[in-house]
Amino acid sequence: MLVKLLNTLLMIVVALSITGVINRTRALLAGRKGIRFMQHIYNVRLQLRKGAVYSPTTSLLFRVAPCVYLGAALMAFLFIPVADLYPLLSFNGDIILVAYLLALSRVALILAAMDTGSSFEGMGASREALYGALVEPALMMAMATLALFCGYSSFAQIFETAQELDMNLTVVLLLVSYVFVIIMFIEAGRVPVDDPRTHLELTMIHEVMCLDYSGIDLAMIHIAGWLKNATIAMIAANAISVVFCFHWQFAAPLAIFGTGIAIGIVESLRARNKLSRNTTYILTIVAMSALVLLTGFLLMQNIDI
Amino acid sequence: MELYLKTNNTASAVALADIPQVDYEALYADLAERMNDSRYHVAHYFATEVEAGLRFYLLLLDDTSAEVLITSFQPDYYSEEGLSSLTALHPAFHPFEREMHELYGIHFNHHPWLKPLRFPHDRRDKNSTMDSYPFYSIEGDELHEVNVGPIHAGIIEPGAFRFICNGEQVLHLEIALGYQHRGVESEMVRNQNRLRQTLIAESIAGDSAIAHTTAYAELIEKLAEYKPDMDLARERVVAIELERIAMHIADTGALATDIGFQLYQVACEALRTMTINTTQAWCGNRFGKSLIRPLGSNHPLTAEKIELIRRNVKEIRRRYNEVRCDILEAPTLLARFEQCGLVPTHEMQRIGGVGMAARSSNLLRDIRATHPSGYYATELHHTPITKRDCDVMSRLATRLDEVLQSADYIEQILADYHPTDNIAKPDYAAPLRGEALSFALVEGWRGEICHVALTDSCGNITKYKVKDPSVHNWLALAIAVRSEGISDFPINNKSFNLSYCGHDL
Repeated sequence: MLVKLLNTLLMIVVALSITGVINRTRALLAGRKGIRFMQHIYNVRLQLRKGAVYSPTTSLLFRVAPCVYLGAALMAFLFIPVADLYPLLSFNGDIILVAYLLALSRVALILAAMDTGSSFEGMGASREALYGALVEPALMMAMATLALFCGYSSFAQIFETAQELDMNLTVVLLLVSYVFVIIMFIEAGRVPVDDPRTHLELTMIHEVMCLDYSGIDLAMIHIAGWLKNATIAMIAANAISVVFCFHWQFAAPLAIFGTGIAIGIVESLRARNKLSRNTTYILTIVAMSALVLLTGFLLMQNIDI
Repeated sequence: MELYLKTNNTASAVALADIPQVDYEALYADLAERMNDSRYHVAHYFATEVEAGLRFYLLLLDDTSAEVLITSFQPDYYSEEGLSSLTALHPAFHPFEREMHELYGIHFNHHPWLKPLRFPHDRRDKNSTMDSYPFYSIEGDELHEVNVGPIHAGIIEPGAFRFICNGEQVLHLEIALGYQHRGVESEMVRNQNRLRQTLIAESIAGDSAIAHTTAYAELIEKLAEYKPDMDLARERVVAIELERIAMHIADTGALATDIGFQLYQVACEALRTMTINTTQAWCGNRFGKSLIRPLGSNHPLTAEKIELIRRNVKEIRRRYNEVRCDILEAPTLLARFEQCGLVPTHEMQRIGGVGMAARSSNLLRDIRATHPSGYYATELHHTPITKRDCDVMSRLATRLDEVLQSADYIEQILADYHPTDNIAKPDYAAPLRGEALSFALVEGWRGEICHVALTDSCGNITKYKVKDPSVHNWLALAIAVRSEGISDFPINNKSFNLSYCGHDL
């Protein structure tokens, strides 16, 4: 039980810290002092204390969506182990559940955005739906690769047995974690796919869908975003730590700093994609995870390549 | 009879009596033919009340011979027929004809786009207001409209942008401006206090304060028959080029911001601050307000200030050149800007595009080279920078190069400058020539600024017309985004960076 609690606690720390590390990395690269490490948490705390304002054109759907979004993200979050620890929830086949909980959270937000009737939010919803549909195969195939290696279909069991894996699979595991990091870029709405800092409604994807939310609803959306990030970042970190050092002391900092610094550097040193190029970008990741799955499958058959 | 009075940007004001008064039909026939040649473009075209109705003045620029062609006509006030629209043949005339239509109810026959330019009320149709602006629309189940503004989410000024899109692709963009009614032109006439007029000129467009004030000062000096001292002209050029550097750097940073490229954004923000702080060290205001005054200056350069400006400009040039070289080799940035927002040369010429945007479409429109005045005419022989690709990257590349060019000019101007005390204090009371038309053309950072004034027999200004380059170039933005993705609108908008208040006078 203690193990499960420590696991959940570490996951919460990861969820709260990644944004701070991103902000700090960006500030350092920009030559600025930067905001406080915990500033994003203070902002959300402030929003949690406020009520919400609703547009008269919205319906019940709009009000329910943040709860669904947060609930789904929280559920998915609880299935993820931190390296050798054990998650709070786990059952055989939970990888499918996690994938579709993430999809459910997306659907909730898309419907809410459509509900506002705003032309900006409609465009945001359409973009999110397209990218969501495109990124899903990549996520499923990356997870399938893990399941294939270990013969289990729950995250807890996969990573428990993964450390006994053949070293031949090392490269494949690293590629899987790379795929997960890129999926996180897409899910979290980060450069190069989306830019959370932009003030331009016409170019936004994730941000534009939250434009009509305020106060506590907005806080819930932010928290859900952190949980989703932590979920995917932790899977990626686990895949890497299987190769190097399968301990929670290694995997948790890796999830925080690995993904945080990677996102910070990418956001400082490159431009956003043209929106129409995003589809190509995401499809490349899909192709890559298909390749990973195939390579993994061939290696499992002990074929000499 | 000659259709036009030929003068140039360095000559003094012209007497109203010398301006030929021609028959509109003859003028129309001549312009229909003449405007096909890209050497001509229209600088100003306006109507003013005279005793027997309205008199129309037209200023045409000949970029090859550096001549300014002025003409006028006075149609029968009681005629119901209306005038044949020149816009139908040459879209460059559209803002002028629309303005005259809304101000005086003149009807232009066959005008393709006779919509209000600035004012909410239409003399012919009293029910037409800004709230019922007749936006263009296209029928179709697959199309959707996106409206941005007029209350803008950012900190900029009001303007309504109506997109008609097919999915992510923009089919048509209509820009409706005119939400601010500041009364700049009538205020310039209402009060003949010239200090007050100078302050109004400074406020026409905050980002071109120096250029607009220079235009006002040159206009007054022409009316006062005052030939500016060479040192004064020299200092004005330094001021205008400093403004150009500051704004071009700011726009480079803004373009980087819009594609989420933090590195160049912060680099340019720092450099822009350094530039405007240099202006502040000179005159006490970061945007150069109070720096330009008619017939003199309150802030003549001293040896220390020259030293400071030269040192700062040299440093800015060095650091900006590093940014420039990086930008030209940044693949993710080039992927966003190249082949985006095309305005082909012939389109730019047809709609009368001017300034930096026109030069980026390989159309040479640069007052500093084609109609130079002051120091540009005598000492500095300006070579305009043009780009061939007509896209967002060209407009950025023009900025990249012009900053370096302007920095070199400042260095060249100040290197051998030993200030003497012969720059006069400004004179706000010099008598002005009566019954005259005076105009000033200045190349601001955005493009050609044209001010025109008419005086009565006592030398009072009776008509003051201002034209900011934005008046021409807003249409170029609408053309640039056609068939682009709607998410590329912001970078196109920034690449032109047009003025709302320069348009809404």
